[in-house]
Parts: sequence; structure tokens; C-alpha cells
Amino acid sequence: MANRSFAISAGALAGGITALVLGTALALALQAKGGALRPADWAALRFTLTQAALSTLLSCLLAIPVARALARSRFFGRKALILLMGAPFLLPVIVAVLGLVSLYGRSGVLNQTLEALGLPTITIYGLHGVVLAHVFFNLPLATRMLLNGWQSIPAERFRLSQTLGMPSTFRHIELPMLWAVLPGVALAIFLVCLTSFVVALTLGGGPAATTLELAIYQALRFDFDPGHAALLAGVQFIICAVAVTLAARFTLPEGLGLGLDRAQFGQRAHWVDAPVLALAALFLLLPLVAVVADGAPALLHLPDLVWAAALRSALMAMAAALLSVTAALILVQAKVAGVAWVEGAAMLPLATSGLVLGTGLFLLTRSLASPETLALPVTVLVNALMALPFLFRLLLPQARDLHRNYDRLAQTLGLSGGARLRWLTLPRLARPLGMGAGLAAALSMGDLGVVALFAGQDQATLPLVVQRLSGAYRMDQAAAAALVLVACSFALFALCDIGGRRAAS
Amino acid sequence: MLHLDHLSLTQDGFTVSANWHLPAGSRLALLGPSGAGKSTLLMGLAGFIAPSAGRMLWQGRDLAALTPAQRPVSILFQDQNLFPHLSVSQNLGLAINPRLRLNASDLARVDSVLDRLGLQGLGARKPASLSGGQLGRAALGRVLLQARPLLLLDEPFAALGPALKADLLGLVADLAAEAGTTVILVTHDPADAHRFAGGVALVHDGVADAPVATDAIFANPPPALRDYLG
Repeated sequence: MANRSFAISAGALAGGITALVLGTALALALQAKGGALRPADWAALRFTLTQAALSTLLSCLLAIPVARALARSRFFGRKALILLMGAPFLLPVIVAVLGLVSLYGRSGVLNQTLEALGLPTITIYGLHGVVLAHVFFNLPLATRMLLNGWQSIPAERFRLSQTLGMPSTFRHIELPMLWAVLPGVALAIFLVCLTSFVVALTLGGGPAATTLELAIYQALRFDFDPGHAALLAGVQFIICAVAVTLAARFTLPEGLGLGLDRAQFGQRAHWVDAPVLALAALFLLLPLVAVVADGAPALLHLPDLVWAAALRSALMAMAAALLSVTAALILVQAKVAGVAWVEGAAMLPLATSGLVLGTGLFLLTRSLASPETLALPVTVLVNALMALPFLFRLLLPQARDLHRNYDRLAQTLGLSGGARLRWLTLPRLARPLGMGAGLAAALSMGDLGVVALFAGQDQATLPLVVQRLSGAYRMDQAAAAALVLVACSFALFALCDIGGRRAAS
Repeated sequence: MLHLDHLSLTQDGFTVSANWHLPAGSRLALLGPSGAGKSTLLMGLAGFIAPSAGRMLWQGRDLAALTPAQRPVSILFQDQNLFPHLSVSQNLGLAINPRLRLNASDLARVDSVLDRLGLQGLGARKPASLSGGQLGRAALGRVLLQARPLLLLDEPFAALGPALKADLLGLVADLAAEAGTTVILVTHDPADAHRFAGGVALVHDGVADAPVATDAIFANPPPALRDYLG
């Protein structure tokens, strides 16, 4: 039974989020009135769908042997490797791109080696570069999700298959799990790739490799054509909404914080596991090593604007995390207390993207204030909104347990309002709250989406500074600033996560 | 006196009804098979299920409009009677002040109850470090501090061994007799009813029969009880 005033507050918050997401969509629809897609827009739409499909396919296919090897192998460093699989989720996209360029770019390690061997060089720019970057980000995500699937198969089933003398456990035990889990994994990755902006901005571009998100950015920043940007953002909104609706039909597996271990798995390790895991580890580690190697020498000679941007970004990240965690906590409490519809509002941001929201807000607010004035608050708001679905999902299981186990006891004791928050809710949810705040802060710290639309020269966040330095071919400074960005992202996550764990214990 | 006046409670499509009185200070066992409606009746009395018909009156006052915290009721659930992240003393302190703003006199009351229940020196410990018997006593301590005239027990000691359960039920009986507390115990074990309660209300097929003296009901069991006892 939800407390009436709390239910009203939660309802107002959910209504506000819905109004913001749908209001920006409406603003886009009104602005785009009468426009039609141009040939270049159709090309962007095709490229968006093609790169997302290819990235999803490759990420899923490659994740199957990696997750299977992780599930059945036991070796020193296995847990570290599984933790490494979580790192790209926190890694700012611009940093990973710099790492990939350092390895596979024009003057990267790979091309230097090819040249030394007298072989033709390759280019990272274009469709294959975009797909490569997306696989770098999503192979670990898919692996973690599939690993959870493998680890959820009871060991007894494997023992039963052995006693029955079944020739293939893969066909009868593992394949059914994959059929159940893969659609959710694939749709989650497809959705992530659909809204990818920074990868396309840095590794794509040109008529042949422009995504819808990039086209929106170009329409606003370079063509000063809000109507056209609105039309493109509307198309992007429709595609995302369709993908989210499809994804909602499948149970999205939990991809974070789970699957670190299982006492017994019914399959023994195979010789092929070692090379598979070694290749996966190299694929993930080498770009990170490249960023450190490139950035460390210039770290002490960074211009002041980098440190100012780092401080600005960290403050914005903390503000976004606080906003997002507060909203998620209110909505999740309302959900477990019986106000079911608030879940729809919490998940609604998945149906849009930061850039689409940003474009809508740009259109809604441009008569009130200049984009530069609102750049930072709008970025904080959009980042908080985009993190909300993840935080809601993260908090929901433990909030449900809390409600089931202790709500009646709390009611008999008259534990309500602030006292309930202080003595029951916060201590019991401290761990997921800390982790959620860390995720929101890290995602916000590394975000280079809406701020690229709005910000002027004096309001650059750290990812924007990295991108500008890289665009100006000051690669040593870009790499050093990227290193600062990684350190800030991981430090913010660790600070919140450890804080949550300490509070919980 | 507790008066269940043509009361019906419905939860998840299942209805339990009762229409009887229980004198203040008595100890009643609600006896019956699983799924008969015993816990539903208890949850209704505690304020977690609103009546679909009829009334619940305590000393003539209708309980329906009162929240669980406002009712003259304390309850021990089957489990989760203590918050695991709070110390034993804090758990008991919540019964005095839900904001845990406790003055020296409140803290002294908590310590005195701990002493009385044989838990001296354990106030700073977390529930996870206590034995099953100590947990039961700590939960009873909370009930003692709440000092409500009606105590509901939803099989709180069911997971304990027979000797420990008998020990704790004996303790509840002593404390209730001392304070004049009315106690309603949900159980599916006839031995508990024999040991603890002066009266038994048989609950079967969604009906809680009127209470009958414990000796009398076991001496001449009605058909529903005979079926249950087998």
C-alpha cells in the first residue's frame, strides 16, 4: 500500500520524465512538419541500420566461444578477465576510439608493421572501423550476458546428460539457453549501436559512413537547419522506439555485477579455450595499453584548459549521478509499492537518445536562452535521464526483496518518510545505489553527445576537449587528456561503488 | 475484548471469514491446515488487508481506519522480525521511537528488556551473529517495548527445534500473563495449541470457527479437526 503523498510525488516525477521525452519528440515532429528525407538521409538511415546489424552479429557470434570458454575454464586471473569485460561499459567512447586509432589507424602499430613487411596498409575509417569499435564495446557486454546464461544452467543437467550417455550437451542443454538469451542480448546491443554518435563522429563521416545521430549533429552544428535536424531526430526516435518495443518482449539478461563465479559447471575445459580467451583479452587490453603508452609522456604538459574541463566534467557527472539515483530510487520505491506504471516512465529514455533529446530541448528552449547558456544544465539533465533505465533495473531486484521482507515490519513500527529512508531504505540499498551512482557518473563523465551540440568554446567538457585536440592533430595531448578522462571515469565509479559497499557493510 | 463482527477478508481471490468474540487477556490458537486462512486473518488484524465485509473491533473501537502502526497490535512474523543492518539495541529502540531518537531513559529501557530476556551484552551485535533462540528473544524484546495489548504470532518460532520453541512459547505466555496481553497464535501444530492456548479457533476452508476451550476441543474434536489430525 503506497503512502499517498509519496505516490503523488512519484507520479509527478514519472509524469515529468514522460513529458520531457515525449515533449521533445512532439517538438521535433512539429518542427519537422512538411520536410522530406533527402537521398543523403536515406543513406544515413541505411548505414545506421547496417552498422548496427553487423556490429550486433559480430559481437554475438564472437561472444559465444568467449563466454563458453570462460564458463568452463578455471585459471589464475579468470575473475580479473571477467572484470575487464565490464571495463568498456565505463570507458569513455572517445578514449577507446583513440586507443583503436593508435593501433589500427594510418600511423598505428598495425600499419607500421604492415609497411615494414612490405604489405599494403589498411584504414580504420569507414564502416569496418565503426563496426570494429562497436565490437570492442559490445563483445564484452555480450560475453557477460551469455556467461550469466551459461552459469544459470544447473550443473545437475550436465550430470544427467552424462548418466544418459547423451552425445552432445551443446545441442540439448546449451543451445536452448542460447536461443533464450541471445535475442535479448542482440536487441540490447543493436539498440546501443543505433544510437552511437561518437564512434561515427570519429571513425565514420562522409556520405558513405554517416549515422542518423551524426547527420542530426551536422544539420544543427554545420548546416544550421533545425527543421532538418528535427526530421532526422524524429526518424531516429521512431527506430529506437520500435527496437525498445521489440526488446521489451524479451527478458534482457542482467549484464552487470553478476556471473563472477559458479561453484561447478558441468563441462571441462577444452584446448581451444586458452587461445580464444587470450585473443579476447588482447583485443580488449591492447587499445587500453595504447592509450596509456601514448598519453603518459604528455601528462605533465597538459594545458590548463584540460584540467578545467576535467573539473567541470567531474562536477557535472556527480550532479547527473545524484539526479539519476534520486529519480531511480523514487520510481523504484513506487514500483514495488504497487504503482506499476512508473516503470514505463523509467524505461522510456531507452526509446530515445541523448542527441535526440538534446535536439528537442534545443528547439524547445532556443527562444528562451542561447544554447551556450543552457549547455551544461541540459547536458546534466540528459545524462541523468539516459542513465535512469540502467539504474532502475539495477535497483529493482533488491528494492523488491526489501519490500517483500521488511515492509510489513516497518509498517507495524510506524517507520515512514525520512526515518524509513535513513534507517531502512538507504542502508539496505546502499550497495546497488553506490554502484548505480558510479555507473551514472562514469557514463556522464565520458559522454560526448549533447554537449557537442550545445557547448561553446568556454564550456567544453573533458571528452569534448579530447575530441577537439584529436581533431586538431595534437595527438599526444589528446592521448594524455584521454588518460585523465579514463582516470576520472574509473575513479568516480570506484568512489561511488566502494562508498556504497562500505555503507552496506 | 476483540470482536470480529461478520468479518470477511479477501486476498488474491481467497476469502476467510470470522464472527466471534475473544475476551481481553486470553490466549488463542488459530489451528488449521496450510492455506486455510490463518495467516490471512492475522494480516487483517494487523492492518495489512482491509476487510471486504464486516468489522474488527478492539474494546469497541473499529480498527479498520487505523494504520498498522496505529493499531493496538504488535506482531511477530514467521521470519524477518529484525532489521539485519541494525544492532539488536537499535532494533528494539525502533519500538520506542521510529526515528531512533532515544534519550538516556529510552536506552535504559532497552537495556532493561535485554537483561530480562537474557540478552545482556548482546545489544551492540547484529542479528546475523545471534543464535535462533537469541533472535526469538530479541524479537520478543521489541514486542515488549511496543507494549501493545494485542499480540499476534504468525508461527514465529516454527524454524526452531521443539525444546527451544517450547521455551520461547513459555516465555511469551509468562510475559503476556504479566501484562494482561491478549495473544493470538497461528499454528498448524496441535502440541503448540495444547501447550500455549486456553482456546482454539479451528480454521478450515476459509472459515475461522468460534473459539472453543482447548481441552474441550481435543477431547471431542469436531469433524474438521478430526480430518486435520488424521
